[in-house]
Amino acid sequence: MLLLSVGVALLGLLMFRLLYVFYYTSKPLHHPLGQSLRTLIVLGSGGHTAEMLNIINLLDKKRFFPRIYVAALTDNMSLPRAATMEEGFGSNSLLLTDAVQYLQIYRSREVGQSYITSILTTIVATFHSLWIVFRLRPDIILCNGPGTCIPLCFSGFLLKVLGIRWVVIVYVESIARVRRFSLSGLILYKLRLADRIYVQWTKLHEMYPRTEFVNRLM
Amino acid sequence: MGRKVFVTVGTTRFDALIKAVDTRACKAAIASHGYSSMVLQIGHGSYLPTKDDGDSLVEVNFFTFAADLKEHLKSADLVISHAGSGSIFETLRMGKPLIVVVNEALMDNHQAELAEELAAQGYLMYAFPSTLEDVITKMNLNLLVPYEPSDASAVVTSLSSFLGFHN
Repeated sequence: MLLLSVGVALLGLLMFRLLYVFYYTSKPLHHPLGQSLRTLIVLGSGGHTAEMLNIINLLDKKRFFPRIYVAALTDNMSLPRAATMEEGFGSNSLLLTDAVQYLQIYRSREVGQSYITSILTTIVATFHSLWIVFRLRPDIILCNGPGTCIPLCFSGFLLKVLGIRWVVIVYVESIARVRRFSLSGLILYKLRLADRIYVQWTKLHEMYPRTEFVNRLM
Repeated sequence: MGRKVFVTVGTTRFDALIKAVDTRACKAAIASHGYSSMVLQIGHGSYLPTKDDGDSLVEVNFFTFAADLKEHLKSADLVISHAGSGSIFETLRMGKPLIVVVNEALMDNHQAELAEELAAQGYLMYAFPSTLEDVITKMNLNLLVPYEPSDASAVVTSLSSFLGFHN
């Protein structure tokens, strides 16, 4: 009986917490979180990486700091591109040894992979994401697709629900998406997991009013 | 110095495009606009263009991949590209005239969306492998609208104020 009432109380608490998190997700932060934000940057390969690096290039490096870059294990181009860009920022941000980190992550599904093995690799990718996010406890996750970012965003949201860290989740839809969301964008929008979703075309913003229109990144 | 056309498929396989530009009719259309040479980057494709068909309307060269296509794009007077956003914007930002060819064989081709939109705004021309020759024959580069490069400043400004950073 006691066990049951404790269970009910915990469930109620969790429900309340979920409502609280959903309510405050996407609400602007009224006071600065601190001097700088531990920033997890998800590089999605190819054009996704190019767009993300355009954003990082203009960010205030002292506020978005330290920076941790994540890319899929099978993507051997993105992290070197990020490293080249970071070297260009100069010594200022590199005074601390772990100021900039580079990590690789398992992908849930490769192009052409069968659905049965996908289940297994998705489980592996999800646990890897949980491990990375719980270990790093970022203040903010920046991503722009494709799928690699979804388990990382879920993990970030879980951190928020558990009260471990208020992880701000920011998604920037790719410039290639003019009228329709990508699957990643749609998941984050429908489940209301992201604090901000930016889109680069007015048509997409009109279809999904909770997004914010920003100009083309290119 | 003759004028040059650069054809690129990026990291994809797009034999239909390479075949289309390799036809005599298409080469004739290219030559009619005063282009004298053509370089093709064929990526993972298996169709190899004919280097010299005897009457040499247009001088043809090709390669599979290069670490950086920048130099090829820079030296081109007209670019014919697959619909990948990377190739499209790299070309537009250099101010080169561009024909984007959409791969109809791809399922869920969201990239066609981007090419269509940019064509509607006049920044580039838009074709399928089957219509490429016609588009080249009729093209008028004076009708293209110069592309104005943009950057991430709008995202960065919005994000900073969302996070409570005030400058």
